[in-house]
This record gives sequence, structure tokens and C-alpha cells, in this order.
Amino acid sequence: MAQPRIAVVGGGLAGLMATIRIAEAGVPVDLFSIVPVKRSHSVCAQGGINGAVNVKGEDDSPEIHFYDTVKGGDFLAHQPPARAMCYAAPGIIYLLDRMGVMFNRTAEGFLDFRRFGGTLYNRTAFAGATTGQQMLYALDEQVRRHEAAGLVTKYEQWEYLGMARDGAGRCVGLVALDQRRMTPRAFRADAVMLATGGPGLLFGRTTNSAINSGSATASAYLEGAWYANGEFIQIHPTAIPGEDKLRLMSESARGEGGRVWVPRRKGDPRRPQDIPEAERSYFLEEKYPRYGNLVPRDVASREIHRVCVEEGLGVDGKMMVYLDLTHIPRAELDRKLGGIIEIYEKFTGEDPHTAPMKIFPAVHYSMGGLWVDYERTADGFLDLASPKNHMTNIPGLYAVGECEYQYHGANRLGANSLLSCIYAGQVGGPAAVTWARNQKTAAADVAASVFEESEQRWTRRFAELAQRGGDENAYVLAEELGQSMLENVTIVRHNDRLQATDAKILELAGRWKRAAVLDQSPWANGPLSFLNQLEKMLALARVVTLGALRREESRGSHYKPAAPKRDDARWLRTTIATSSPDGPSFHDEPVDTSLVTPVERKYD
Amino acid sequence: MPRTAIELRIKRQDGPSGPPRWEEFSIPWRAGMNVISCLMEIRKRPVTKQGAKTSPVMWEASCLEEVCGACTMLVNGTPRQSCAALVDGLPEGVITLEPLTRFTVVRDLIVDRSPMFEALKRVRAWIPIDGTYDLGPGPRIAETERELSYAFSRCMTCGCCMEACPQYNGRSEFLGPAPIAQVRLFNAHPTGAMNAHERLEAIMGRGGLVDCGNAQNCVEVCPKEIPLTEAFGELGRQTTVLWLKNLLRR
Repeated sequence: MAQPRIAVVGGGLAGLMATIRIAEAGVPVDLFSIVPVKRSHSVCAQGGINGAVNVKGEDDSPEIHFYDTVKGGDFLAHQPPARAMCYAAPGIIYLLDRMGVMFNRTAEGFLDFRRFGGTLYNRTAFAGATTGQQMLYALDEQVRRHEAAGLVTKYEQWEYLGMARDGAGRCVGLVALDQRRMTPRAFRADAVMLATGGPGLLFGRTTNSAINSGSATASAYLEGAWYANGEFIQIHPTAIPGEDKLRLMSESARGEGGRVWVPRRKGDPRRPQDIPEAERSYFLEEKYPRYGNLVPRDVASREIHRVCVEEGLGVDGKMMVYLDLTHIPRAELDRKLGGIIEIYEKFTGEDPHTAPMKIFPAVHYSMGGLWVDYERTADGFLDLASPKNHMTNIPGLYAVGECEYQYHGANRLGANSLLSCIYAGQVGGPAAVTWARNQKTAAADVAASVFEESEQRWTRRFAELAQRGGDENAYVLAEELGQSMLENVTIVRHNDRLQATDAKILELAGRWKRAAVLDQSPWANGPLSFLNQLEKMLALARVVTLGALRREESRGSHYKPAAPKRDDARWLRTTIATSSPDGPSFHDEPVDTSLVTPVERKYD
Repeated sequence: MPRTAIELRIKRQDGPSGPPRWEEFSIPWRAGMNVISCLMEIRKRPVTKQGAKTSPVMWEASCLEEVCGACTMLVNGTPRQSCAALVDGLPEGVITLEPLTRFTVVRDLIVDRSPMFEALKRVRAWIPIDGTYDLGPGPRIAETERELSYAFSRCMTCGCCMEACPQYNGRSEFLGPAPIAQVRLFNAHPTGAMNAHERLEAIMGRGGLVDCGNAQNCVEVCPKEIPLTEAFGELGRQTTVLWLKNLLRR
């Protein structure tokens, strides 16, 4: 067989780690990204990466990390992959350290660790409050090294459109769009690995980057890939408002001692600095004495909702609370949280050293994503030699990072996403290499007609979209989608409103057909590309909404007042959506809970 | 007096070969708007101030919180990230947006900054690790050293310093401030120091450190306040030592 070649789509942490591992195996990689990889959304990750290195004399261990992770996810994560990830975590942190990530240090020059949500241990390594950026840069540098050596070919500012599949249904390549020339082009690949991140834009303004439309993932779903646990969307408790996006204020602010509170008196007009201690309600510390401000994000967001909406104690009468860092020494704040202090000062004009920050919950992360497989060992870890790890239900199509559903169950713990991205890339890359080497027919030997047909299909579609006239504006439709999703499919979910949201999405899909292209240029035509993306986003929005409608229980980030309890007998199951001409059709499958028995999830 | 409308003057260009043209827009003011949200408003209703239909303005953006470097442009003539350019923080009157001038325009406010990434290859801006397999922890580093290095590792490759540098333009050989400063970062790392000479050699020839005219504009515009000129001073010492060593070895 000819030397295999693998395509990786997406240049965030997961995609870059997979690229490095594949290149290290001597297999050439074509790396596609809609932005120069150094500008991927992973840069936004702030607080750190978890790994039970146990440097604080706390007797922490990977097994405790594993337990915290599955409990944090309300027991919906398959346990062997989650456990394997937690055991690999210390090695991952060491690897990043060797790559030159500027992690903060202890007085003795060891890696420093801090607290994060959903655990009682100092388990989070961090580089100031820009850990994701620092890790992305380290991987970017390693990829550049392989690029200089000729093993990696980058296609930056290329957008994934769809798969190329042979007669047997195996994924043998992809079609991508050069965002400048606006021409779809087919590429052969012995395996295609999607690392395209989350679907934040479905909710309009979120903590996500402007590029996180979810459309690449949605395209895979529309072409037959299963989408799992789509209804589990993480709402981060602490963000700041903005007209273009909602900016995250890292959980590490609370990890370093930040306290969340509201005035006890409704509508208290005083400045927060002037409200005495006794007249403040530290509502998380009061209700959860053990975990305090570091309860998991789903719990904290629901509490903020309760205090602000049900009790009416929100700051300025809004869904807003104080996050107070003013008691922490200035130098320490700057050294450990400088990145977010800077963002807060720049975007609000206020100084968190002297006045409590005003923060509110915002859509942040998708626990759900493309369904991917794994091979477990008898003792409850992953069989790393298996090509099944991280493969979707479509042979030869892999997924790693936020675009897939493994590891986090119904709620992700803070600082576990950087870990899962790296781990998925580290495991998925070699799995794809094994798969590619096992194939009897190389993608290079597949009939040219397979690629010509896929390419022509997309060429025709873009030619059709480029002609599109009509009275609707795709950006306005996207805004309406975001508003509806944000109002109805976030912290609190009611069936009637979920049904209304689905009706709204269908209405938008109808109006999408009348959306004009807005730009006639054959060169760097963003609106044309967005028109294609939006149709895919609408399809994915239905998966999220109808998945939530279907799940009649409350678990992790998914909360229904009409079904407030977790129902393991019926719903300890992975939701799986398959695309059909009438929209998503659902089934569910059991969760591997063979290692620890699900118990009631408590943090008080 | 607070604005009620936001007036924008935007330099547009259909492709790399130009020609540029100016278009004016007027959009309703809302509290907390930044330049990006103005551009988002325009694409929802792409009509000029004069009422002529036009295409949405094209710009590059990703993180929208000044950590990715994508949305750099000239805002009222100054190179900066447009996400961090809050409308209420800009002087009253028309806001002018232009693409960076030291790079080829792709379209409208989008420029091609790939020369910066190519320069990172030339200066070998990476730690040459043995492999990704488990080799245990990395070298111990003092927190004070770490803090110094962290300042350089925050470089977003945004291009502000390149834009402000009088020595850097599309035709000169000069690598520019950002890629050169990365040499300082990697040479300070205990592992990176093992092949410091390779990076120094990359900045010793033409287009390297000697082409820096010491105008110090780069530090003025760096959004992350990276001590670029300090790096150049330090690298000047390192290259001199290497030059002497090479001389003695001959």
C-alpha cells in the first residue's frame, strides 16, 4: 500500500496534538483550518489544565481525579475513557512543560497548581490566566517544526465542507473551501480527523470565538455521523457582557479565592464596596459549605439563576452577581490572574483590584458532539493500539476535542477541557494512523470519480448559493436563532418552550431559503460561506433542542423544573441523533458505568 | 456629549490588486459597543451612509478578547485589535478603519500576515523536544525567570509591531520585531538554550537584528506590552558573544 496520508481539520489544541502525533509516526498530515491555527478558539481557555500531579502534599491521585470527573459529569460519561484520560494527565502536563509552556512555578521552581471547580484538590496547572493560549502556542510551535521538516502541509483559511466516501461508505477524503478563491476542492485522505470545536454560535453571543459555528460538525452529522448528547450545553457562571461576545472570567478567579455574592437587600443602591459584610449574601458558600464558590459550573449557574430570577436579588435587578477579588493582594492577582484582570479592565473600564466584578452566566461549552467509539481493556482503561478510539460511526472519520462527546458526560469540570483536547489528540492521532495502515486500498488508489463527484456536488451548491437573491439576511436569521436558543435552551428548560424553539428553528430554515447572498464577489466572500454554514447550524440547533425535549429528567447541565430529579433507570443513557430528511431521529445507548457506581451528586 | 449614532469611514478593497475606495456608514449607538460590533451591525444591513447598497465589510476576527491577534487593523490610524477598541473610548467624530499597510491586502480589512509565520520558521521558534512520549517532567525554572519569559510567550503574532516599525515593509528583508523577540524566549528556556546558536545565526545575517533601526515604535504599539526592545538588547549581547566564539574557532 502507498504511504498513507491523513487530513486533520481544525488547528486548536486537539487538532494540533493529533497532527503532532501523526507526524511523529512518520505519516504526512494535511492540516485544514478556517483561521491561521495560532488564532484558534483554544486561545480563550484561561484557568488551566487538570492533572493529579500531587505537588501540594494532599494525597491527590488520578483515581480521585477520575471520580471527580465522572461525578462532575453526573455519571453520564463512559468511565474507561474518562479514567484513561485522568491517568494520562500528569504525563500530559509534563509534556507541555517540556515543550516550553510557561506554567507558573512554586518557590522551588516546580510546577504550581491551583484549585478549580468540582474538586477539593489543587490539581490545575496554569500559565497566568492565559493557559489555553500558552498551550496552543506550544503545540503550534511543534507543528511548525514538523511543517518546516515537510511532514505537515497547512491549509489555513480553508473551510471543511464535507466528506468524500467510497462505494462502501468509507471516508477517503474531504472537500474543503478555499476562503479566498471560493472554490471547493477535494482532497484524498486515508483518515479524516475533525477537530472543529464547539457550536457556540447557535446561541448567538457566548464566550466562544467568532469562528465557532459548529457547521463542520453539523455537516458531518448531516452526512450520516451520529451526534451524541447534544442537549448538554455548559453555561459558565462567570462572564461579562459585550455587544459582540460575552467574555469569560475564568473559574480560576474563584480558585484563587474569589467570592461570589449579592446584596441581601433587593435593589440595594449602594456601591458594592460600601455594602458591609453582614449585608452580603455569599450564597454559594452558604449553601455549599464544602465546595463553596468552587461547586461545578452547572450548579453555580443554577444558583445564580435562583438568586437573581427567583429571589430577585440580582445586581441592578439583572441576572448579575458580584465576583469579588478585592481581598487578594494586588501582586498575587497580577501574577496568577493577570490575563483576565486585563480583559475586565479593558472591556468594562473598571478595576477588579478595587471593585468587585459584575458577572453573569453565559453559554460556554458543549459536552455533546459527534459520537466516537473507544476500545476498553479488561481493567477499565483504553486499548491504545485500537483504531476504534475516537472513530465516529463512519469508517475512517475521526473526531477529537470539543466537537466530540467523550469524557465529560452531562457537565464538564473546569480545566478538564484542555486536558480532554490534548488527550483526544494524543489517542486519536495514533488510532487514525493504525486505521490508515490497516486499509487494503489506499485513498490514493480510490477511483478519481469519487473525489470528482464530491467536489462537483459542492461546486454546484456554491454556484447555486452565489446566485441567491431574496429578502432575508443570513446574519439577522442567525441572531434570531441565537436569541431563541439562549432564552429557551440554556439553564432552565420547559417542554413547551423547547417545542416553540423547534418551531422557530423550522421557521428560520424556511426563511433561510429566501436569504440573499449579500456579496457578489468571487474572492474572499464571507457572506457566501456563512450562508452555507447557517443551514448546517439550523440543523444542529434542532439536535440540541429536541434532545433536550426528549430527555425527561434533570442531569448535569440539563435541568427541567418539571422533571427535577435524575432518572438513572430510564436516562442513564447516551442520546444519539441521526440525521433524516425530517430532522433528527433519536435513539439512546447505555453508559459504561462499570468502574464506579453512580450515586447522588452532592457538593454541600 | 455621548454619541447617538456611530459614524464610520472604512477603507475597502476588493482584492490584493486594489484599487482601494472609502465607504461611509452610520449606525445606531448602543452602550458597550466595540469596533467589531459596528462591523457586525453593518453586515446585518449593508447600506452606506448615503443609502447605497453595498456588500458587508470583510474583516478577520476570532477570539474577540485580544488574545488571538486576528482582528488587528488601523483604528483611527493606530494599529490595534479592533475587538478591544471600544467606541466610547475613541475620540468623538468619525471612526476610521483601514487595513494594516505593511502586509498585502486580501480584501477590505483582511491582510496576509503569513510572512510573520514564515519568519517564525526561519528563527526556529520552538523547543526541539525528543518526542511526545513520556519522558517525565521538564526542567525546573525559577518563577522570576518564568515571569520574564511569559511576557514574550504572549506574543499573538498580531502584526502591530511590524506595522509600526519603520524598517519593516513588504519589500525589505527585515524579519521584524515579533519574530526576533521570540528568539529571546526560546534561548532563555533551559532546553531551548541547547541550540540557541541556531536561532542566533538566523538573526545575525541580513534582515536580522542589525536591521533594527532602534526607533522603538514597536514597544509603543504592542497590545501585550512585550518588552521587545529589551529582547533586542539581550539578543545583541548573545549574537556578539556567538560572533566572537565563531571568530576564535576559525
